Amino acid sequence: MLDNTNPLIELRDVKKHFGSKKILQGIDLKVNKGESLVIIGGSGTGKSVTLKCILGLLKPTSGEILYDGQRIDHLSLRKREDVNSKIGMLFQGGALFDSLSIWENISFGALAKKQVTQSTAKKLAIECLEKVGLDPLVANSYPSELSGGMQKRAGLARAIATNPEVILFDEPTTGLDPIMANVINDLIISVTKDLGSSAITITHDMNSALKIADRVAMLWDGRIIWQGTSQDVENTDNPYIQQFYQGCADGPIDWAKKKF
Amino acid sequence: MSAMSKQRKNIFYVFLVVVATIGKVVISFLESMGKFAVFLTNLLLSIVIPPYYPRQIVSQFMEIGYFSLPVVALTTVFAGMVLALQIRSGMGSMSSESLVAPIVSIGILRELSPVLAGLMVAGRVGASMAAELGTMKVTEQVDALVTLSTNPMKYLIRPRVIAGTIALPLLIIIGDIIGVLGGYLVSIYRLHMNIGLYLQATLSNLVMLDLSIGIVKGLCFGFIITVLSCYHGLSSSGGAKGVGKATTNAVVASSISILFCNYIVTGFMV
Repeated sequence: MLDNTNPLIELRDVKKHFGSKKILQGIDLKVNKGESLVIIGGSGTGKSVTLKCILGLLKPTSGEILYDGQRIDHLSLRKREDVNSKIGMLFQGGALFDSLSIWENISFGALAKKQVTQSTAKKLAIECLEKVGLDPLVANSYPSELSGGMQKRAGLARAIATNPEVILFDEPTTGLDPIMANVINDLIISVTKDLGSSAITITHDMNSALKIADRVAMLWDGRIIWQGTSQDVENTDNPYIQQFYQGCADGPIDWAKKKF
Repeated sequence: MSAMSKQRKNIFYVFLVVVATIGKVVISFLESMGKFAVFLTNLLLSIVIPPYYPRQIVSQFMEIGYFSLPVVALTTVFAGMVLALQIRSGMGSMSSESLVAPIVSIGILRELSPVLAGLMVAGRVGASMAAELGTMKVTEQVDALVTLSTNPMKYLIRPRVIAGTIALPLLIIIGDIIGVLGGYLVSIYRLHMNIGLYLQATLSNLVMLDLSIGIVKGLCFGFIITVLSCYHGLSSSGGAKGVGKATTNAVVASSISILFCNYIVTGFMV
């Protein structure tokens, strides 16, 4: 947190309500350049909504979102495109376009922004595939022909293809076996280090969080209730973090019981 | 006394439930109309702004136009055939070449070919469009487009609407020809009418309005079907069930809307 005065992304008192449901009740968050922030929290606490607000897929009910010092939460879809071109996103299910082949998927953003020509697009895609440890031979396959783990890697390749300044990861290890989950963790670390990008990850997988985070923030009940480094997570006496870390059913977090 | 007041209370309660239910339906109807109006406005505002994605337009044109040819041809040929039989049977001894031929061509060109082609495309294309876009929506592919600096309105919706609006009039013209041909075949080979008289009666009674009414209907139907199907597809939520619901809504809404629009266009043009 050296460069605290000039964060890359900043959320100021962001609230988001759906009808009478108050999902976000005032989020304050800063992400510095080159920093990897992990937001942890249980299901339904508003993690995905937070990411969608940053991406402009949802408009916050109130509050400000700043990118590099400029407000981006009120931009029209057309002006958003410039901001979004600096942001990469790895969706939970990969969200690869299933009507396009893998290489068309990966170079989609670069082609849309006319960063590359049609002829060099495939070359770019193969470079990105190699970065995420996929065989260049899969370039011509379609997403449905790949396994879940490979789809996630291809999704990661697509997210990094435009050299984004910040990459958002939506539950990158969910639904993967422990080994593949670790492979993805390592990929996230190496990819962000190589590109020098910032990263915001939302997850409820504590192993993954501790591994990839420079800083961890805990989301509960629509607010950030705790922030600290990975070491702090293990040492803190905050009951929420402790409960989440240890995965106890008993404690201040009672959503698991509420449902019954 | 107390029994009566209790009964009255019950009636009042039932009345409240009825009013609440009607109110809920009205509110959700108005809500969806509002959402649709926003969708349509966004689409129309973006209609002239590049990029245009010509490859998307061509592939959608093939999907909507070319691959619908067999169904449209089959439905219109049978419609023409059955029309000739019915007029013969209904008119009895009055029916001759000069009566059957014009009725078949007016019926096919003005009504049957546009409506049948519209309904077939609504069922075939509307359903697949809503299902495809709905699946893209629930698997976050639409969100992924936005993060890759591509406007879903321009990349997904506009090519489909343009392709549909161009394809349907062409399908209807082809349906016209095939439907009239169906009537001709039945009249000549089953009802043993005179070829020369039949052809002459068909051609001499044709006016430009017969053709143009079908083209105008085609333009309207193509637009309505694609816009409604895209709207329902994109507004689906909640996994497989939501996609199924969106598909049903798309087909029902486009079928009813084109029949309604059919009456309006006919009322204006004749």
